[in-house]
Amino acid sequence: MIEIGLGHYLSLGAIIFFLGVIGIFLNRKNVIVILMSIELILLAVNINLISFSIFSGDIVGQIFTMLILTVAAAEAAIGLAIIVVYYRNRGSIRVEDIHGMKG
Amino acid sequence: MIVHSIFFYFFSIIAIFSSLMVITSRSTINSVFFLILDFISVGCLFIMVGAEFLGMILLIVYVGAVAVLFLFVVMMLNVAEQKQSWFIGKKSTHIPTGLIVSVLILLELLVVVGGWKYKEDVMSSSTLVLSNISNTHQLGLVMYTDYILYFQLAGVVLLLAMIGAILLTFRERVGVKKQSYFTQISRNPSTAVELKDVKSNEGVKLDD
Repeated sequence: MIEIGLGHYLSLGAIIFFLGVIGIFLNRKNVIVILMSIELILLAVNINLISFSIFSGDIVGQIFTMLILTVAAAEAAIGLAIIVVYYRNRGSIRVEDIHGMKG
Repeated sequence: MIVHSIFFYFFSIIAIFSSLMVITSRSTINSVFFLILDFISVGCLFIMVGAEFLGMILLIVYVGAVAVLFLFVVMMLNVAEQKQSWFIGKKSTHIPTGLIVSVLILLELLVVVGGWKYKEDVMSSSTLVLSNISNTHQLGLVMYTDYILYFQLAGVVLLLAMIGAILLTFRERVGVKKQSYFTQISRNPSTAVELKDVKSNEGVKLDD
């Protein structure tokens, strides 16, 4: 309990990952919250990679973390641009209003 | 050792609480506020565990760019719906959440600054010190030699994201006066100036 080891950091990553997945499924409001849940999931992955990198003494995990940060930033930019275009065309980004593909 | 565990529990409890609030709060703007708080807490954890460069990148790039981009889009789209607020009040219900988040961030900053005298205890208890060189130096030694291809590909990904975002949100506007460089440069005195003979005591009409 007092000794903070690898397991504590992995537990923190697992909890945040779980909350992100729950946020995707329980969301009934708008798509932006789904994008924020994806950001939470990527943050949990970064926590895992960095803690493994530190506790096993290998720097490569931090490099992969930086690549994940790049991809997450690009994904957020593209996703928000798509949301802006969708709102401009339809006037709403509520989750239950998006049924154009009958899915 | 005890200092390290206290810091870890402090930051991780705030991170878990704020990520819970991201997915459960009623208005979208409050979700963005708590997302910022979450990023700051995890960035402090990264700095504490020994990955200083990535913690700083998380603070600068994520809090400074991505989360503010979210906030910008939420405010621009006018989707911030609020059915109930935490405190009673008709107007400006974002202020209590903003105050809570800012006070928590201030608390974290105070903890970080106050814990600086225990720096050796916090940093060296969990991190395996690889060598004498710093974290950023180590990252640079590996990233620009062995992983240079991935570094360049990350740049290509960012370029494509920028082009895609601009292309998606680009909209041709009609009826807007624009500067046309070609017609501006290609005009000459014979088309620009018109000479008229003005008779005495009569003046000239400028309209035609």
